Amino acid sequence: MHIHFDPHATLAKIFGVEKTKVYGVVGEFPDAHDLVKAGRSVKEAGYTKLDAMSPFPVHGIDDAIGNPHSHIGWIVIFFSITGLLLAQLLQWYTGAVAPGKLPAWTGLGSYPLVIGGKPLYDITFSIPVTFELTVLLSAFCAVFGLFALCGLPRLYHPLDTYSQSHRATDDGFFLIIEASDPKFDPEASAQLMRSLGGTNVEVVEG
Amino acid sequence: MADLAIKHNPLLETNPPLVQGPQDYNSVTEVVSSPTEIPLNKTPLRWYIAIGITSSILGMMGLVLTYLVATGIGVWGNNRPVGWAWDITNFVFWIGIGHAGTLISAILFLFRQKWRTSINRSAEAMTLFAVACAAIFPLFHTGRPWRAAYWLLPLPNTDLNMWQNFRSPLIWDVFAVSTYGTVSLLFWFVGLVPDLATLRDRAVDNVRKKIFAVASLGWRGTAKAWRHYEAAYLILAGISTPLVLSVHSIVSFDFATSVIPGWHTTIFPPYFVAGAVFSGFAMVMTLMLIARWVMKLENLITMKHLENMNKIILVTGSIVGYAYATEFFIAWYSGNAYERFTFINRAFGPYAWAYWTMVSCNVITPQFFWFKKLRTSIPVMFVLSIVVNIGMWFERFVIIVTSLHRDYLPSSWGYFRPTWVDICLFIGTFGLFLTLFLLFCRFLPVIAISEVKGVLAQQRHQAHEEAAH
Repeated sequence: MHIHFDPHATLAKIFGVEKTKVYGVVGEFPDAHDLVKAGRSVKEAGYTKLDAMSPFPVHGIDDAIGNPHSHIGWIVIFFSITGLLLAQLLQWYTGAVAPGKLPAWTGLGSYPLVIGGKPLYDITFSIPVTFELTVLLSAFCAVFGLFALCGLPRLYHPLDTYSQSHRATDDGFFLIIEASDPKFDPEASAQLMRSLGGTNVEVVEG
Repeated sequence: MADLAIKHNPLLETNPPLVQGPQDYNSVTEVVSSPTEIPLNKTPLRWYIAIGITSSILGMMGLVLTYLVATGIGVWGNNRPVGWAWDITNFVFWIGIGHAGTLISAILFLFRQKWRTSINRSAEAMTLFAVACAAIFPLFHTGRPWRAAYWLLPLPNTDLNMWQNFRSPLIWDVFAVSTYGTVSLLFWFVGLVPDLATLRDRAVDNVRKKIFAVASLGWRGTAKAWRHYEAAYLILAGISTPLVLSVHSIVSFDFATSVIPGWHTTIFPPYFVAGAVFSGFAMVMTLMLIARWVMKLENLITMKHLENMNKIILVTGSIVGYAYATEFFIAWYSGNAYERFTFINRAFGPYAWAYWTMVSCNVITPQFFWFKKLRTSIPVMFVLSIVVNIGMWFERFVIIVTSLHRDYLPSSWGYFRPTWVDICLFIGTFGLFLTLFLLFCRFLPVIAISEVKGVLAQQRHQAHEEAAH
């Protein structure tokens, strides 16, 4: 019996990197508005799984390639409200919950501090801390939500094998037709990209 | 027709252009990235000299802090009746410096001020370093900074079984400043990610490539990522705007909610915020003029940027001057004898020298910027920006010390003098601030590359349109 062991292939399989899989076709366009124009034409040709790479957010590219709007705002507002409620709970609990106020089995409650005859809990003095915690949780959510939605951190991506990918963060504008597109065909898609003025058109595998 | 009206709207034109010289995308990358890519052994000698000086000052601060903790905060000049002095003055001073960074990165972003892109990165970095400097003072004022977390944050504890007093503005301040520091760091990092990816893709050295690959989290600039990025950036700007206004408002509550004449005024929040932006812009100006000259960034940080910053200094400086006048008027108009005394004492008492330093630096200095010749002259703006910061430090000193040093009873009157520890600590924070800034200039892109390219694209598009007509 012959057992073939290829450590590279095994590792690649574990990390989801299968060398033989086609990711898509990538082509380069000279400037931002050329990219938008080409993206629109490819979409009109019936493609649906499109992406682009550019050194800065290109105005109008999302509409051109049919990218839906980001829903990160809804995630953030959920966390904003959580922060708001958490801050209220914190200030009410630490200020106004003496031992015995909640059922004994909870073991909760602490020494209430009466200072200047002020109430132990009140909405007015709780506003600054509530505001700050709302902002803090929203910011954390916006940033980590952003990374999660973008699938970051991700140190390897099939697009890294594209010969010009290093220029996507410098001065290159690239259009990508993904292999998951039902209309995708390595030959025809690359040909379409070239006919729209795309240069350095390559079929990316990885 | 409507189309035509938009095209010729003078408000949309940026003249002179914000990115000057024969700049294309690649040369923007080149200009900003190349100073960070110089090998360590080829770093200019002047950088080593500069960081040698600043880190020595930082080391001195370390020694002074050790002495402070080992001996007790009695080594400061604070005593009755002046229980708050240089420590809180320096704290408010540094927090205020940071405000310009957030104003530039958040408020100017919401107002679609394209000129911010050349200066926002370094201004945000400055915010972070200023908050770090500010945090030292309240932390060490506790005397036992290693225990401070239990006093400042609501951490469960078994020794006291008590919690913070949330009715106190001091605890509001803890939440405001720590939130501010954290959000500024997050905002700054999000802005940096695409530029770290640029550095990764340019890296020749393998180790350098790996460091930036991890730091940039594997950013690739795909359209799918950019759409979330832009949405998240807008949200961060949207929440940072009220945040920055809240921070100095809450700092001012430390004073305003007390019943000390000279502190107990409702004008404090807006007055503090305007002062913070005023001093922050002056600090950005000082640092930017040096960075621009040393790193040859004249094409990206143009005279237009500098002039705009000077206009903001003029506006906020005038608001501060107006607030001084209002304070005085209300002290008289209130009919409160203690309030009146405090203000007359401020201007003509033993600390009159500090008061008039403040007025001449903060009220008179910015008025020079009414003249185009002066606000576009680099030597003038450099000197004036330093003068403004001296004035703003004195403002905090005047507010804090003159309100405290003469209590209600003449038997409890005193005169505050700083000790050598006070002085060394304040100088030491400049060591920390400048060391961090020098490290930042050396290793990270000081200008937001991707944002400048966005402005450049618009500029090119405009030129293209004009050529077509």
